Amino acid sequence: MNLAIRDIRFHRGRFILTSIGLGLLLGVVMSMGGIYRGLFADALAVLHSTKADLWVVQKDTNGPFAESSRIPEDIKYRIKSVPGVAEASPLSFQTIQIERQGKPFRFFLIGYDLRGIGGPPAILAGRNIRQKHYEMVVAKAMKMALGEKIRLGLHEYTVVGITGKVVSSSGDPAAYVSLADAQEIQFKKDNDAIRNNRERVAADLDRMQNLTQAQAQLLQRNVSDLTESTHTVNTVVARLAPGASLYEVQQRIERWNHYRAISDEGQTKILTKGMIEKARMQLGLFRIILLVISAVIISLIIYTSTLDKIRVIATLKLIGSQNRVIIGMILQQSLLMGVIAYAVGYALISLTYEKFPRRIVLEAFDLQVLFAIVVVICTVSSFVGIRKALKVEPAEALGG
Amino acid sequence: MYAIEVDNVTKIYGKGDTAVTAISHASFQVRPGELVAILGPSGSGKTTLLTAIGLINEPTHGRIIVDGVTVADDGWVPGLDLKRIRREKLGFIFQAHNLIPFLTALENVMVALEINKFPSGEAKGRAEQLLKSLNLGHRLGSYPMALSGGEAQRVAIARALANKPRVILADEPTAALDTENGKNVMALLKSLAVENHSAILVVTHDHRMVEGFDRIFEVRDGFIIRETRGAG
Ligand SMILES: Nc1ncnc2c1ncn2[C@@H]1O[C@H](COP(=O)(O)OP(=O)(O)O)[C@@H](O)[C@H]1O
Ligand SMILES: [Mg+2]
Repeated sequence: MNLAIRDIRFHRGRFILTSIGLGLLLGVVMSMGGIYRGLFADALAVLHSTKADLWVVQKDTNGPFAESSRIPEDIKYRIKSVPGVAEASPLSFQTIQIERQGKPFRFFLIGYDLRGIGGPPAILAGRNIRQKHYEMVVAKAMKMALGEKIRLGLHEYTVVGITGKVVSSSGDPAAYVSLADAQEIQFKKDNDAIRNNRERVAADLDRMQNLTQAQAQLLQRNVSDLTESTHTVNTVVARLAPGASLYEVQQRIERWNHYRAISDEGQTKILTKGMIEKARMQLGLFRIILLVISAVIISLIIYTSTLDKIRVIATLKLIGSQNRVIIGMILQQSLLMGVIAYAVGYALISLTYEKFPRRIVLEAFDLQVLFAIVVVICTVSSFVGIRKALKVEPAEALGG
Repeated sequence: MYAIEVDNVTKIYGKGDTAVTAISHASFQVRPGELVAILGPSGSGKTTLLTAIGLINEPTHGRIIVDGVTVADDGWVPGLDLKRIRREKLGFIFQAHNLIPFLTALENVMVALEINKFPSGEAKGRAEQLLKSLNLGHRLGSYPMALSGGEAQRVAIARALANKPRVILADEPTAALDTENGKNVMALLKSLAVENHSAILVVTHDHRMVEGFDRIFEVRDGFIIRETRGAG
C-alpha cells in the first residue's frame, strides 16, 4: 500500500489543482526553452538551407545577416576560378514590408541565381521558379496561395511554389525571386533622392558633346553603371570541391583586399554568439527564475501538506513505522506532483507550440534536462517537509 | 513471566523550579491475558505512565520490562530499537481521531501489518478477517470520517491487534464515546485479553468503565494509592 498515493487520492481535487498550476509554470519554462531553440533555428535557417562552405562578403563586415554587406555580382566569376571552389553563386537579401489585405505584410526576400545555389530548399507545393522574371516561391508561413499575385517594386509577381520553414534571423518568412528581380526590387526601393541624383548625373553626362569616340564610349559604360547600378549582391556563396582546403581558399579570397570569406562555421558563430546571445541569456534567466518559483511553490505545498499530516505522522511513528515509510510518503508526493506537473506542462506545450507566432523547437534533450531538474527540485523541496516530519514526536498522536 | 513489569518508575518533566513530578515510584506487574485499569482524575499522571510503558515517553528513574525485555533502567536502555519493539510487541488505542484520515478502515489496519513486513496480500486478508470479527465487515471501504465513534474505535482496536501484540495500551479509549458504546468497547477489550492472551492496560478517568477488569490501580498526583482486584 502506498501512503503517498492514498493521501493524494483522498485529497485529489487539491492535488490536481496544484499540479495543473505547477504544470502551467513548467509549460512556460518549456516554451522558453523552445523559444530559444526556435531563435537558434530561425537564425540559422537561411544558412542551413543554403548549404554553402563559404560566404564571401564585404571586407570588415559580419555580413550578410548580422551586418550589411554589398559586393559586386561579378566577383562570382573570380571566386569560381579559385582552385578548390566547385560552385559560386551570388545571393541578395532584403526585408520587405508592404500592405496586403490592409495589413502590414513582412517577409525576407532572397534573390538567387536560378542555376546556382541558395534557392528554396524544398518545394512543398507548385514548382520552382522557371522563368527569369516575375515568379516567386514563398514560405508556407506567408500563407499565400499558388497563383496569387503581389506587387513588388514596379512589377507583379506570381506565386508559383510554396517552400517550407525558411525565415530570416528575425523570424520573418522567406520568399524567393530570381536575382535579377531581387536587384530590381532593391533598386526601386532605394531612396528617390538617390535615384533622381543618379538620373541627373546621367543627363549631365549625356549633354557633354565635345568628346572623342573612345571617351564617349567609356562614359557611356560608366553612366549606365552609375544609373543602373543594380548589379550588387549581399554575398557570394561558394561550395568547395571535395578535398579542397577551406583555409587556403579563404586566404586566397581575402588577399584580394575587398572581401572577407566567412566559413559556414564562422557564419554560425556570428549568428548565434552575436545575434541571439542576449536573447538566450534573457530566456535563460527567466527560466531560472521560474524554476526557483516552482521550487518555492513545491516546498511550500509539501511543507503545508506535512503540517496537515503531523497527526498522521505521529500516529505512524507511534505504531512503529520506520522513518523510511514517512520520508517515502513525503518524497513520493513531491515527486509525483512534479511528474504530473511536468506532464501537464508538456501536454500544454505540445498542443500549442505550433500556434506560437514564432518558431518553438522542443528538443528531447532540453525536455529531459528539465525533467531531471524537476526531479531534483522536488527532492530538495521535500526536505523541509521531511525535516519537519522527522521531528514529530510519536506522543503527538495522543490526546484529543 | 510478566507481560509488563514496572519497577519504582518516576517521571519528572522539566528541571529546577519548573520540574513536575508526574509519576512517583510506581511499581506493578501485568500478566498476559490480564485486563488492568489505571483509574484517576485528570492530571494524575495516567498518560505519563502509559506512554512510558509504550516507549514514547522516557522515564526519569526506575525500570520497565516489556515482554521480558528491559527497555528502561533509569532512562532508555541504550542500543534498543524502540520503534521495532513498538511495532512488534505493543498495540496502541487512544481516544477517537487517531485513525489515518486518508486511509479506509481496511487500509488503516493494513498499514500496521505492512510496516511489520507483512506482504500486502497477506496483510489485506488478515485485516479483513480482523475487522469482520469486530463486526466491521460492512465498513471495510469507509473512511474514518464516515464511521461512527464506536466504529472508529473498533477499527483502532483492530489496528492495535493486527500484529498480535503481547501488550495493548489504551489511553481513554472510551472518552469520545457514549456510555453504552464505551461499555461495549471495554467488553471487547476484556474478551480480547482472554482470547489473545495479551496484557491490556487501560487508562481511564471514568470509574463506571472499569467493570469486569481484573485489577484496578487508582492514581492520585502521580502516586498509585490503591489496587483493587475485580470480580473477573
Ligand atoms: N510534556 C509535558 N511537559 C510538562 N508537564 C507535563 C507534560 N505532560 C504532562 N505533564 C504534567 O504531568 C502531569 C500528569 O499529566 P498526565 O500524565 O497527562 O495526566 P493524565 O493523563 O492523568 O491526565 C500533569 O500535571 C501534567 O501537567
Ligand atoms: Mg491523559
